[in-house]
Amino acid sequence: MQRATLNRMTPYAFMAPAAIVMVIALLYPLLYMVWGSFRDWNPAQTIGETEFVGFKNYITLFYDPAFRESLSVTLRFAVIVVSVEMVIGVGLALLLDRNIRGMSVLRTLFILPMMIAPVVVGLMWRYMYHPTVGTFNRWLKSIGLEGVDWLGQNALMSVIIADIWQWTPFIFILALAALQSLPRSALEAARIDGATPWQQIWHIKIPLMMPVLIVTCLLRLIDAFKVLEVILVMTEGGPGLSTEILALRISRTATEFRELGVAAAMSNYLLILLLILTAAMFAYTKIQEAREARIRAAAEEDM
Amino acid sequence: MAKSDYDRQNPAFYALLAVLIFMSVGPIALMFINSFKLDVDIISGTSGLLFLPTIQNYETALCDVLPYELDHLDFCSLKFGGAFINSLIIALISTVLTLVIGCMAAYALVRFRFIGRDTASLTTLMVRMVPPAVLLVPVFGLWNNEFCIDKATLVGGFIRDVFGGRGDVCLAGTHSGIILIYIAMNLPFVIWILQSFIVQVPYSLEEAARVDGATPFQVFFKVVLPLIKPGLAAAAIFTFRIAWNEYLLASALSDRNTKTVPILIVNNMSEFNVEWGVIMATGMLLAIPPIIFTLLASRQIITGMTAGAVKG
Repeated sequence: MQRATLNRMTPYAFMAPAAIVMVIALLYPLLYMVWGSFRDWNPAQTIGETEFVGFKNYITLFYDPAFRESLSVTLRFAVIVVSVEMVIGVGLALLLDRNIRGMSVLRTLFILPMMIAPVVVGLMWRYMYHPTVGTFNRWLKSIGLEGVDWLGQNALMSVIIADIWQWTPFIFILALAALQSLPRSALEAARIDGATPWQQIWHIKIPLMMPVLIVTCLLRLIDAFKVLEVILVMTEGGPGLSTEILALRISRTATEFRELGVAAAMSNYLLILLLILTAAMFAYTKIQEAREARIRAAAEEDM
Repeated sequence: MAKSDYDRQNPAFYALLAVLIFMSVGPIALMFINSFKLDVDIISGTSGLLFLPTIQNYETALCDVLPYELDHLDFCSLKFGGAFINSLIIALISTVLTLVIGCMAAYALVRFRFIGRDTASLTTLMVRMVPPAVLLVPVFGLWNNEFCIDKATLVGGFIRDVFGGRGDVCLAGTHSGIILIYIAMNLPFVIWILQSFIVQVPYSLEEAARVDGATPFQVFFKVVLPLIKPGLAAAAIFTFRIAWNEYLLASALSDRNTKTVPILIVNNMSEFNVEWGVIMATGMLLAIPPIIFTLLASRQIITGMTAGAVKG
């Protein structure tokens, strides 16, 4: 009897620490933020002293040109970064999916950029982009070309290049893993039927990799909305608002403009955006699982 | 005819590989080289490798922990050593706690059917996407105003008397405050990764242990944990990396004494006159632990990265 109660309590005992920490430090803060977003709130006040203003913060933001600009910068950044990274990453994976010596060394070197602190990545690129002492402009001048104003006029592009440098390996490694787990029989059959390498890629490899590629793409997209430190160190959002992504604007609204209520409302907009992406990913994996189950069931019936 | 294990490739292929390696490692190598140059050498731009290497930048960065006086420095303004120790404390403690709490939860979610399991699993999945920037406002408010011990109570008064400070004792500005939010931030990810490893542990092993009279906790610690070591290694590296590298929340929660290294670097970057040599040396010091982990455990990192997307 006692043993049975003990066994029934086990899962809760295992879950309890995680549940407590997540409720206190994630779910409660999120609710607190939703509550705060309806209030006129500056950092000197506790939330009890603030005034309830309804949807005012959301409406102000909706008509705020600076917020719209930063939303559009965020979307442009995320979409460009993810699509370029997908193309280069998957392309490289297809190209390097060969049985060569030293592949593990290569992969190790490729993941280095991802492991280093974003702050340090920003620092390196800020140095390389520097108008006079930076590496790029020195190269350009040594071959007789004009230097480029990297972090001035072309700031968004420069930030995008840095992100591509850091995160393309992520997609490369996931795509390579997907390629190497493809069923050999399908590729063998295509080769025997005389498919050219291009046909193999387009009609066999890419379609078979698709589930992994879509999940990878969504994961990267969610992460692209989280980027902050690299841009903060490189440009601090400037010049003007040209690289001020939403995460950066939230932190500036909270610390510089001291409007916590508005920053909370902005965080909620960002959260809703990410919620949609996560829901899409969740729905996609569920559909995929259902499809696989159906195919498996059909295959069993045939036997 | 003996067949070689590896395919022969044409030279263009190797050229491409060389270019790729140069592109991915080049910037890091550049920073490494520059951290051994004096500012004069960096700015004058005398050709890349012809310079006298010096450890002066590292000495300047670590001036507060070096046992000897520096000749080139009148005043030690950069408290890098202290920040490094803060970073180390915060990253290590939060990694250990996240792993312990996370693998227990992952085990419960995989092996038991219980009321609330689906809710727990869905919540974990959903909060995984919350960016640190979104947590900034509520965490700042809560840690400063609500998660406090009133100074009038016994415990609060005791803490205040021992450690100083005037008002209530709050989580903000303490190591534990930063550690708590890092644990919460990393838990969903760790649970998610470890689930995919625990699923692979054969259930028959656990049943055998249970038949032999082991309690659920013994089964977990003596049978399951040893079998998912690779998963634990991967999760540990990812957690450590985030806790070690994070800037935004740490900057909102830390005070003068609990600053971490990323905060120090950002503060020095935004000053008017950037001392490139010193800042690169601090950057290098911050980058070294993750680089060492990568070189030692790249296989675990890659398994961890692919575990979620490819299998799940």
